[in-house]
Amino acid sequence: MNIKLAGRLIGALLALEALFMLPSLGLALADRERPVIISFLVTMGLLLSLGVLLRVICRNNAPEPSYTREGMVTVALSWIVMSVLGCLPFRLSGAIPRFIDALFEMVSGFTTTGASILTDVEGLGRALLYWRSFSHWLGGMGMLVFILAVIPGSQQAGFNLNLMRAESPGPSVSKLTPRMGQTAKVLYLLYFLLTVLCVLFLLAGGMPLFDSLCTAFGTAGTGGFGIKNDSLASCSPYIQNVVTIFMALFGINFSVFYLLLLRKFSEVLADEELRLYIGVFGGATVLITVNILPLYGGRILESLRHAAFQVSSIMTTTGFCTADFDLWPSFSKSILLVLMILGACAGSTGGGLKMARLLLLIKELLRNIRRTLRPRSVQVVRVNSHATDENVIKNTNAYLAAYCVIIMVSFVLISLDGYPIETNFSAVLACFNNIGPGFGAVGPTANYSGFSDFSKAILTADMLLGRLEIFPILTLFSRYTWSRKR
Amino acid sequence: MKIIIVGDGKVGLALTRQLSHEGHDIVVIDNNPRALEQSAESFDVMVVNGNGASMATLHQAGVGSADLLIAATSADEINLLCCLTAQKMSHVHTIARIQNPEYTDQLVQMREELGLSMTINPELAVAREIFHLLQLPSFLKRDSFAKGKVEIVELKVMPGSPLCGIPLHQLPALARVKVLVCAVERKDDVFIPRGDFVLKEGDHIYVTAQASILATLVENLGIVTHKIRCVMLVGGGHIAQYLAAMLINIDVRVKIIEKNPGRCIQLAELFPDVSVVEADGSLQQVLLDEGLESIDAVVTLTGMDEENLVISMYANHAGVSKVVTKINRLEYTGVFSDMGIGSIVSPKELCTTDIVRYVRAMHNTAGSGVLTLHRIVNGKAEALEFLVHTSCRYRDTPLKNVRLRENVLISCITHNGRTIIPDGDSSFTAGDTIIVVTTSERPFNRLNDIFI
Repeated sequence: MNIKLAGRLIGALLALEALFMLPSLGLALADRERPVIISFLVTMGLLLSLGVLLRVICRNNAPEPSYTREGMVTVALSWIVMSVLGCLPFRLSGAIPRFIDALFEMVSGFTTTGASILTDVEGLGRALLYWRSFSHWLGGMGMLVFILAVIPGSQQAGFNLNLMRAESPGPSVSKLTPRMGQTAKVLYLLYFLLTVLCVLFLLAGGMPLFDSLCTAFGTAGTGGFGIKNDSLASCSPYIQNVVTIFMALFGINFSVFYLLLLRKFSEVLADEELRLYIGVFGGATVLITVNILPLYGGRILESLRHAAFQVSSIMTTTGFCTADFDLWPSFSKSILLVLMILGACAGSTGGGLKMARLLLLIKELLRNIRRTLRPRSVQVVRVNSHATDENVIKNTNAYLAAYCVIIMVSFVLISLDGYPIETNFSAVLACFNNIGPGFGAVGPTANYSGFSDFSKAILTADMLLGRLEIFPILTLFSRYTWSRKR
Repeated sequence: MKIIIVGDGKVGLALTRQLSHEGHDIVVIDNNPRALEQSAESFDVMVVNGNGASMATLHQAGVGSADLLIAATSADEINLLCCLTAQKMSHVHTIARIQNPEYTDQLVQMREELGLSMTINPELAVAREIFHLLQLPSFLKRDSFAKGKVEIVELKVMPGSPLCGIPLHQLPALARVKVLVCAVERKDDVFIPRGDFVLKEGDHIYVTAQASILATLVENLGIVTHKIRCVMLVGGGHIAQYLAAMLINIDVRVKIIEKNPGRCIQLAELFPDVSVVEADGSLQQVLLDEGLESIDAVVTLTGMDEENLVISMYANHAGVSKVVTKINRLEYTGVFSDMGIGSIVSPKELCTTDIVRYVRAMHNTAGSGVLTLHRIVNGKAEALEFLVHTSCRYRDTPLKNVRLRENVLISCITHNGRTIIPDGDSSFTAGDTIIVVTTSERPFNRLNDIFI
């Protein structure tokens, strides 16, 4: 294991994290919140000194080889270190007195889950609220991708590809441009522009600047931390609709936006993942609208607004709420539960199993059925009229298996707390798929503060596993990773 | 610059490595997904799976925004079609690899008619290099500059050679001609030496000298040379065909050993004066029967690196005075130099230098480009020939006052067609060409890059 390579990168990452805390420090200074100012100053000092220390210790003396495992381990380690240090302002300022709670909140932020242990969000103060929401924006696209974008040619080619593979969601990574650095730049540029657009639309709806920024960060990263206790329920229908649309946009594969910029419209229209995404989205919205119609006294537009918002929020794994969907009929709740598992598109900021994997799994299933009928026929799985590599299919199957095992184990473990099955199952799904609110005791109006420390630790791990798509985190536990021999 | 490379074989891979290292945006096209995966893992490049001559694939590779397309598959016709298709789709410069000897005579017409910027023929380049080596067999490698007037040659310091133990500033007195050692390879290290550098037995030295004095140099250093009159070529592919034609021209007797009966007949038809032997050249008995011990030089040109190595080692062992080995994979050359293989040539390496020079020239439309580029010391150092422009710094300054970057040496100045091996008082002026040797990692595109 080439630990120095990882150390250098994590060093840069920590320094960058300190930099990103500056706006929060500014807000704290403006609001004259002494404990918050001190907590941010201490954390930033710690981050900077650790970052510099790591850079110095892990100086590059000789050319070092790096392989797949270096990429995986670097990503996993950096996310853990980033979260542990990032949660310090919550803990030090006393806003969240217990460390495990602060860590849960921070991991929830970086992994764009949006699950909270806070009962009174509004009491947190602007500085901490901003940091909480901004962590969604950073985690959505990934801080390491950001480093790839801003530090040109700092690492070896293969290492960059492995970083990108480990950090960006989806079964396979496609480069948009020949160079990894450029690809990362394009991704962040698109991300930034869409976020700005979202802020502008929110401002146009009369939302204050601070609220617009925080809501836009939560939307862009498909995170879902609200800055109000009732999430977005008290916002105007216009704001809710804007958020619905932008959540849906951020759930789309970013290469689609790039293709749009290049004016390759026919390719966009033919994209099978996008079609499936739109299909599932539309279908679920219509079904839920009809199902909840009686609840809203037959007002079709209102129920459509709530249904579309909730489908968009759950499917893109954001987790904002406009209505307490825990009170909806069980048909609607079941649909939402299924959407929790499916998730958004690969290459978006959303979580879940991903549409691309679903597509592959369906096609693989159909192929196996055809094969049983005609055993000698040779068949390839095609996506977007290109044959898919058998390795990608194998990896997708392996991912599904790991996904199921981890969810089952977590589900059983947190059941020790004695909550009903519905609560436990939806809590695990909502954390692992980076959504946030579940049903029952973790429903839209409730939060995760009731769980025991043990369960919170399990759910924290689930969030990280889900965001990094399992394998990078698992490599940390392999003996081979830490052995000196190859 | 954005460059599309079609073909991810040996030549394509070498090009990908070099050009992506020099900071260009590379897209590699091939129809073998495994090879592409390998490239994507090792280099920061984009890969496209498909036929490089099809419009759809080229479109996918973004030919519209590309500056250069290099078609380097092993099939000449596909390469040509790639270039033509790409040119129809956009204004892209194209380089095609054309290696079939049957097309050699029409290369110029083809280039003009088809609008190609350049054609490369790795096998002809190798044949030329071997031909040069056989003319002056004392040198392990020869690279020529300034239209052939200056060469950088490789010599091994043999045990008991007068070169052992002398500092370099005494070399001109010893050799009684003006020469400059521009690089020394000792084990795995490469040095750009200064005057007080002391040579040791086993060093490989790279000497800049006028082409006309090379024979004198060898003589004065006490290296015994035989003129080569009889050459055995093991393996009868394209390289052997090119080489045989050149050798016959200077009245050298050529013997080609080739396994494939059909190919043997072809060669016999082409060269009435060559003795063609249909046999497996990797068998010791065959080599002995064909009179290996009485032959001046053996060139191993089979398609297998391993066979070439074994035959060369055996030929060396049998006392053949000059052995040239063709090796495609250069990763292991460090090991070979200890084993007495003699000269090593590599087709892919030779053609990449031509393309790299072209790319660097294209990169600098200002015209201060590289005239000649040779990779020396197994690719660990570069020798570049530049034209001095009026924009160049340090013109007409004595070299001792010129501040060069680390590991850079000016090894030769050509002034009005006259070659000067420079010392501290020499200077260069606009219109001269100068040869720069460097082990630096960064690619030099312009002459001004070499100064601090």
